[in-house]
Amino acid sequence: MLISKRRGMAAATALAAATLAVASCGSGSGSSEPTSSGPVTIRVQTFGGGSNFGYKNAITKWNAEHKDIQIKEEHLTDQFEQQYWPQMIQWLTSGTGAGDVVGIDEGGMGLAKAHPEWWADLKEHGLESRKADFPAWKWENGVTADGKLFGLGTDIGGMSLCYRKDLFEKAGLPTDRDEVGALWPTWDDFLKVGQQFQAKVKDSKWADGTNTLYQVVLYQEAAKNGNVTYFDQQNNLIVDKNAAVRTAFDFAQKLTEQGLTAKLRNFTDEWAAGIQKGSFATLGCPSWMLGAVSDNAGEDGKGKWDVASVPGGGGNWGGSWLAVPKQSKHPKEAAMVADYLTQAQTEASIFTDFGNMPSNVKAQQDPAVQSAKNEFFNDAPIGEIFAKSAASLQPVFLGVKHAQVKSAIESVVQGMDDGSVAYDKAWQQLVDDAVKAAG
Amino acid sequence: MSLDTLPRTARTPRRDHPPGRRWRSRVDVKAMPYVLVSPYFLLFAAFGLFPLAFTLYYSLYDYDLAGTTEWTGLGNYAALLVDEDFWNAVVNTVGMFVLATVPQMLLALFLANALNKRFRLRLAIRMSVLLPLVTSVVAVAVVFTQLFARDWGLVNYILSWFGVDATNWRAERIPSWLAIATMVDWRWTGYNAIIFLAGMQTIPRDLYEAAAIDGASRRRQFWQITLPMLRPTMIFVVLNSTIGGLTLFSEPTTFYNGNVDGGSQGQFQTVAMFIVKQGFREFDYGYAAAAAWLLFLLILIGALVNFLVVRRIGGTK
Repeated sequence: MLISKRRGMAAATALAAATLAVASCGSGSGSSEPTSSGPVTIRVQTFGGGSNFGYKNAITKWNAEHKDIQIKEEHLTDQFEQQYWPQMIQWLTSGTGAGDVVGIDEGGMGLAKAHPEWWADLKEHGLESRKADFPAWKWENGVTADGKLFGLGTDIGGMSLCYRKDLFEKAGLPTDRDEVGALWPTWDDFLKVGQQFQAKVKDSKWADGTNTLYQVVLYQEAAKNGNVTYFDQQNNLIVDKNAAVRTAFDFAQKLTEQGLTAKLRNFTDEWAAGIQKGSFATLGCPSWMLGAVSDNAGEDGKGKWDVASVPGGGGNWGGSWLAVPKQSKHPKEAAMVADYLTQAQTEASIFTDFGNMPSNVKAQQDPAVQSAKNEFFNDAPIGEIFAKSAASLQPVFLGVKHAQVKSAIESVVQGMDDGSVAYDKAWQQLVDDAVKAAG
Repeated sequence: MSLDTLPRTARTPRRDHPPGRRWRSRVDVKAMPYVLVSPYFLLFAAFGLFPLAFTLYYSLYDYDLAGTTEWTGLGNYAALLVDEDFWNAVVNTVGMFVLATVPQMLLALFLANALNKRFRLRLAIRMSVLLPLVTSVVAVAVVFTQLFARDWGLVNYILSWFGVDATNWRAERIPSWLAIATMVDWRWTGYNAIIFLAGMQTIPRDLYEAAAIDGASRRRQFWQITLPMLRPTMIFVVLNSTIGGLTLFSEPTTFYNGNVDGGSQGQFQTVAMFIVKQGFREFDYGYAAAAAWLLFLLILIGALVNFLVVRRIGGTK
């Protein structure tokens, strides 16, 4: 239904464009320009749950101001590793199918960087000048070994914990965000409070599933273990050697063993429904997760959710880049769009509208960002929570095959939760599957 | 007297065609049939034979989409035969096939038998059993995914009346197979019933009349006449279902948010999903190609087994 409607619209647009073209030919101005064949459409491909990249308002604004270049967002899927990235790699290798501007999660950047032939060089379109806008690590990650600038930073992760106020109240826990944050200085405290919660509340669980909090702990621990997760800087698989992985795994196991999870895998339909229906009381929330929560929960969820500080303090999970594939027919216009979408002003408004923390330094310093409050989350001072720590965030190195390994490991961590992997065999299987996925 | 000495008119007795036209008419008679049937063969060559050969070729290579291509001979096949994930997918595929096909055949058979009788609105009702088939598979999967949701799903809700605890249809193996088999059956039972019905209508009426005169009951007629006479139809239907069932992909994929993992530990990953995962997610094309050939073998074996089983139905001499 929806698809046919869209197709109908596309057909109508094409028809209108054709009519325009005919009309302009008929006017007989003599010197016909090749550019008069209608506006250029720049396809921006994104992924992620809820409001994902938060481009809705920014694109509406651009399209109103630029009649000659129209942006069309194609949100392909919620899942990056399992769906978006494999499809994108296929398009990039086959030379057709990819959008003019594509979003890349940090987990895909290792591979993207290793394939300069996939990308247009943004330096050719004058974007070298943007260097000062980004922290060095965010900028460097968008430059290939041979010096080609291919990616501009969008958001960064940061870290917080989202929680359902109404469920906390039901369990007799404090609901004020500072008091809530004080409940859980460490992850052990978090589990203890979880048990108190679970003793009082039966029809909702403490956490969504194992995967989200596994990631949160993994990124926190990575910072203590040389800023690496599954691969070391030389791209050797170190899953079984990196203490960060083991710590995060052990925590995930405790979480599910103590019956604190709703057994939902993040970024699935059931998980999205769980956000809306209050299946769980807490959710690990990097900045971009705020939009996933508010968009999935809808108007009814407004005021029910809030944001508190995360156990273990800080962390940086996620964050993306925008790149222009070489196959784009309009690289110049695409570069303009990528430039626009990563400008301080745009990134700042995305933060205030949806929550994705800007990687753009000027946006981070914007007083509007620093003092931003999120209406959906009970006017939580997200500027204070995310922007204040943004400058000090450490990048975590992710290997070329990170996406594949992450996907394999998450299946085991999730498998412990849904009962398909026995607890005592889970660690061994995690290591084995990671080795297999790294191939 | 040799033929050559005959006058020219004797060789073309009726009309004097110009030689070019004669040649054309010969082409018309000899070549035209081939030209007319060629579109199928050309399409088959392009979309059937070529991919088949191409797949065979690459199944002998270690072919990484974004990397290198190296000759491995039968290395991919050897690796597959000891790959637990591959065998897991085989077990799932066969399991779901049996779970779906057996009830489906029985149901289709009895449905066809019922539709073969005289009743009001016969045509409309016969047509209506085909409705599920024309529904988009994605729509079917979306609806069934919701019916079989763990939380707030209709099936779990109904089961709860009988004191059954909420089943996680995507986490447990057998329940996930059941859910997917239900989806497949909903879609294909009507189609098979119509084919059976067509087969039933070719059975001569006088056989039934003679049996009735001899005092055979309706039920006896079904077992002794309908079923044996239906054997050729049945072979077609079963072979068709074997091919469809063993290449099952859309239903289980959509059942898991469009992921080809088929559950966190591949609880319902079919061989077709395994192939797509190896080829388009791990980008191990050679491995996927080898798996595709093993699936082809599996289908051949499955078809043969089913053919032998069905041939015995209805008491062959």
